[in-house]
Amino acid sequence: MHSRALIFGLVTAAVLILSACSSSDEDTIRIYTGRHYDLEEAFTQYAEETGVSIEFLEGSDAELRERIAAEGEDTEADIYMTVDAGNLAIATQQGIFQEIDSPVLDDAIPEALRDPDGYWYAFSARARTIVYSPERVSAEELPTTYEELAQPEWQGRVCLRNSSNTYTQSLVASLIGNVGYDEALTIVSGWADNAEILPNDVIALNSVADGLCDVAIVNHYYLARLLEDDGSFPVELVWADQAGRGTHVNISGAGVTKFADDPQLAQDFLEWLGTEGQSAFVDGNHEYPVNPDVAPEALIATTFGETFVADDLNAAEFGSLNADAVRLLDEAGYE
Amino acid sequence: MGWPAAALVFAALVVVPVGFLAVSVLSPSVDVWQQQWATRLPRQLVDTAVLLIGVSIGSVGLGSSLAWLVSAYRFPGSSVFGWILIAPLAMPSYVLGFVTLSVIGFTGPVQGAWRELFGADAWFPPVRSMGGAIVVFTLVLYPYVFLLARAALAEQAGSAYQVARSLGAGPTEAARRVMLPLLRPAIAAGAAVVMMETLTDFATVQYFGVDTISVGVFRIWRGTFDRDAASEFATLVLVVALMVIGLERALRGRARFGQAAGAAAGIEPRSLRGWRGVAACAACALVLVLSFGAPTLQLIVWAVQEATGPRGTPLVERFVDFLTNSVILASLTAAVCVIAAVVITNASRFGQARTTGAAARLTAFGYAVPGPVVAMGVVLTLVALDNALESIGLGLPGAVATGSLIGLVYAYSVRFLAPGLNAIESGMAQVPEEVTASARSLGARPWSVVGRIHVPLARSSVITGAVLVAVDALKELPIALLLRPIGFNTLPIWTYNLASESRFEQAALPAIAIIVVAMVPVALLSRQLNPRAGTP
Amino acid sequence: MSTAAPLEIQALVTSFGSVIAVDGVDLTLGSNELLALVGPSGCGKSTLLRTIAGLVAADAGTIRLGGELVEDGSVRLPPERRPAGLVFQEHALFPHLSVRDNVGFGLRDMPRSEIDDRVAEMLSLIGLGEHGARYPHELSGGERQRVALARALAPRPALMLFDEPFASLDHNLRVQLRHDVVAALKATGTPAVFVTHDQREALTIGDRIAVMRAGRIVQIDSAPVVFHRPIDQFVASFMGEASFLPIVDVATRPHTALGPLDVDLDRTTTEHATMSAMIRPDDVQFTPTVSGEAEVISRHYFGSGWLVTVQLPDASTVMVVTSHLEPPEIGERGDLALVPGHSQVVVPRHRPEPDSPTS
Repeated sequence: MHSRALIFGLVTAAVLILSACSSSDEDTIRIYTGRHYDLEEAFTQYAEETGVSIEFLEGSDAELRERIAAEGEDTEADIYMTVDAGNLAIATQQGIFQEIDSPVLDDAIPEALRDPDGYWYAFSARARTIVYSPERVSAEELPTTYEELAQPEWQGRVCLRNSSNTYTQSLVASLIGNVGYDEALTIVSGWADNAEILPNDVIALNSVADGLCDVAIVNHYYLARLLEDDGSFPVELVWADQAGRGTHVNISGAGVTKFADDPQLAQDFLEWLGTEGQSAFVDGNHEYPVNPDVAPEALIATTFGETFVADDLNAAEFGSLNADAVRLLDEAGYE
Repeated sequence: MGWPAAALVFAALVVVPVGFLAVSVLSPSVDVWQQQWATRLPRQLVDTAVLLIGVSIGSVGLGSSLAWLVSAYRFPGSSVFGWILIAPLAMPSYVLGFVTLSVIGFTGPVQGAWRELFGADAWFPPVRSMGGAIVVFTLVLYPYVFLLARAALAEQAGSAYQVARSLGAGPTEAARRVMLPLLRPAIAAGAAVVMMETLTDFATVQYFGVDTISVGVFRIWRGTFDRDAASEFATLVLVVALMVIGLERALRGRARFGQAAGAAAGIEPRSLRGWRGVAACAACALVLVLSFGAPTLQLIVWAVQEATGPRGTPLVERFVDFLTNSVILASLTAAVCVIAAVVITNASRFGQARTTGAAARLTAFGYAVPGPVVAMGVVLTLVALDNALESIGLGLPGAVATGSLIGLVYAYSVRFLAPGLNAIESGMAQVPEEVTASARSLGARPWSVVGRIHVPLARSSVITGAVLVAVDALKELPIALLLRPIGFNTLPIWTYNLASESRFEQAALPAIAIIVVAMVPVALLSRQLNPRAGTP
Repeated sequence: MSTAAPLEIQALVTSFGSVIAVDGVDLTLGSNELLALVGPSGCGKSTLLRTIAGLVAADAGTIRLGGELVEDGSVRLPPERRPAGLVFQEHALFPHLSVRDNVGFGLRDMPRSEIDDRVAEMLSLIGLGEHGARYPHELSGGERQRVALARALAPRPALMLFDEPFASLDHNLRVQLRHDVVAALKATGTPAVFVTHDQREALTIGDRIAVMRAGRIVQIDSAPVVFHRPIDQFVASFMGEASFLPIVDVATRPHTALGPLDVDLDRTTTEHATMSAMIRPDDVQFTPTVSGEAEVISRHYFGSGWLVTVQLPDASTVMVVTSHLEPPEIGERGDLALVPGHSQVVVPRHRPEPDSPTS
């Protein structure tokens, strides 16, 4: 008797919960996003301005992509947003996106930072560059290229992020795209010999500050974040490869999913993100806007500079090289 | 007839998502295997083995000696330690991982002070290392061994120990020659749980730079976007897990069939006086502080800093929402697992023991597979089911696997049925067959026997089972990450989102919440360990 | 009461894998009859009982309870649908229920007040009317067994099944409880099958006694017949101490070492080679004499007397009861004589098996 009552109660509860979850309102955009920087200011702001509410689901790029693929036409996702170009490229191949025809976005976002067919667009840029301790690295020995860090003189002085990380992978992918697999392998093997491999960029930055190593390769916004909390944080940034290809820039981008309930509603939002919404979207995380008409936030503009020479290898291109990058990292014995 | 069938259905529900892995092996990605074998795989296998062996030695050593200490001796605080030492069950390993790294890692305050004192090049044990990972896992996982070893000591070991002593064996010799073999099944079972938890982890190990085969699965999946190859490598994890299960069965021997019903008594504890008592107390306290007290305190400090800092107080509204979600999810999972476990364990009483026994063994598979792999298997299963239903015109609305809690609870249950089942199975073993027979001969139908007799009699183990499942479900991250419905976030997800961006101060509050919520079932379990709580 | 037999079993076979535990049993129980099912460990008596209760599946044969078919090739009613009450050695009370709730467990589909009345009736029947609120762990062993009996009797089963019900009790309690249980069964007119390995208990309880060996019932008769006219040496020894003396000179003057046989023998058969005379210890008397032919080789005290084993000149041994305070010493000699009035019984070494061609 009790067990029957218990089961009945459970089933009722389950049904209630399920029905509560499967609401499908008009005027709601649902985003699966690989960004997880706590609340997205931009989403809140857009909702306030337009009355369109935004729901989002955070996760890792790859898993969210698999999920949309598995959900097929039942998916709730109207927009798929990533922190990395590789997954955008794969998503395009998988047919997750629909092509959008947006003169607004085509106008706002440089060609290298969007899909040629309009499947996806980048909305923020994150530079992966070299940071160093000004106390221990003199001006003359300051490395200015990624390749330099593979040289024997940097043995034991470099901190790098582990190979499971997307950012490491996409940097290597861009190296492959620019210098070819074999040369990239030589460079990455050199890194592996020289470097202490760490689990994340913040630890890498702190390790430079505390003397475990003298230089590191990190995404610029992590340094911005630390500087925001502590203006005297003893690590400085140098834009890599300014005389050559330019600094590797990965993107955070998004596209409208194939089975979006209301593609226009989603497109309107993306157009806003690429224009008026740029600052709201990028500033919270100290990223660079992709729209050349929008100025970066004051902190990074003054500390790191308004602009820098960015590697113009198309995001789609190094995105598609990501799998090769992982194999290269394996071969190089990079932890 | 109905019972074995139901048990087999439950077993099938667990096996099918895992079975999707096996299918992938039929068309192996030979090039990926070759490439991995030539590069990372040998090292991963070695690291996995070293980690598993290290953590199980650590957990067995720590867990069984603490259990022995609190069972065989009386010393200041011994009765409190008897139950509070399981508190680290509430501590997710990834939380202890990031706290450890940020406090005693190279950039943490401890090593900072060390360098101040002894100079910049002063030696300090490497924290972010295999050794560090083993210590962290040991500290959060030893309670599984402690729990089972202590129960065994309390239930059956007493008379054997006394007989051994009366035959002239000293305490140490009695412990080694009689207690250890007697406790072997319990210790083996605990060690198996510890190994499974370690094997399927992929977050904590990465903090410590340990490259296990589970990490390998995710590198392949996330990095090369090759889900098939990732599935194949996940079967490698499964194979290792099967080896662990086999090892456990071998170590357990036939002991599981020889469980004496009731009567046997526990060990009569001896008093430790003077410095011995103090030392015993200090040892227990040290373990508790390292595994639970200190990290919790650090989290509280961070949370307070964050609340009073420039970014202001965390958003209470979301907090309540996340908390509720976590609790709902853990409760549903515990309920589903308990029902499934009760059905499976009872099926052998009401039908053929052999088939249902096999069903029970099969359900252990879910526990042996890393969360994200289970999650993907569940998605594929439910999508296949949905398509099958659609083809006969019975399509379910929306995305079943991910649009509702069904997929989430399903995947959680697949993953965590095994620990619940083990606990409930051992409790049911204490209910004599004659009691079942009596109830049935008095006209009670099987369901009624289960509800009126078996569950009430095995109540404490049903609670234990539910607790183990709930605690695991509260801490589980990757499945929720992958399968939750939009807008349904849990505390581990919040913690992970922040911690993965190294925003530890902000992650502290949800991390504390996980620990606090998980403490509720753990406290429930503690009450049962506390002899003074007694029976009604 | 219906006219159908409370229990009717035909050609029942139960096996566990390759082990055949019950090997073709036929058995019919009369109304109100108490049957004691005895046999050595492993003879299949408990399995037979469990098959009747539906706890174990039969491989072949039929079982009818009160005329209702409960088990045959196609029908197999689960235990809860069989009108049989069960009492086990380890009482198997539900430890989380009070005595009253234990007894009331099998009562359903009736108003609360009727249940209460029936429980009270059962408790007073077993003399535990005051103990309804107690829990099993607060009762003595004998009380628990009484509660188990009341619990099984409460739903008015057509048949009661007891599996070694008194085995875990001490002697005095066992005697008392045995008496009370039989009284309760007779009072309620409930037929029963008792499984026991204790032949004394079987003799006391059973209206009839069925002796089992290797899955078969070898003899089923009233207690005196089974004890005094056992069908073979196995039954004879199982039911009580017995000595067997070979019969010689069958054709001319059949006698044993103790003298002529006062039984009519078919002197023409050749089976006498396998026949012997059964001597119960109280059938003979030992009188010490210096020149006696018999020699004492061992003795055991059992309270009300001594059981003395003596050896005859032909090396056969005979057990004798002596009630002397001072028993004969080991090595002491004396004469052995049949007690007048005790008839001798001739038993085959093995039960004759008409259906099997040899052995």
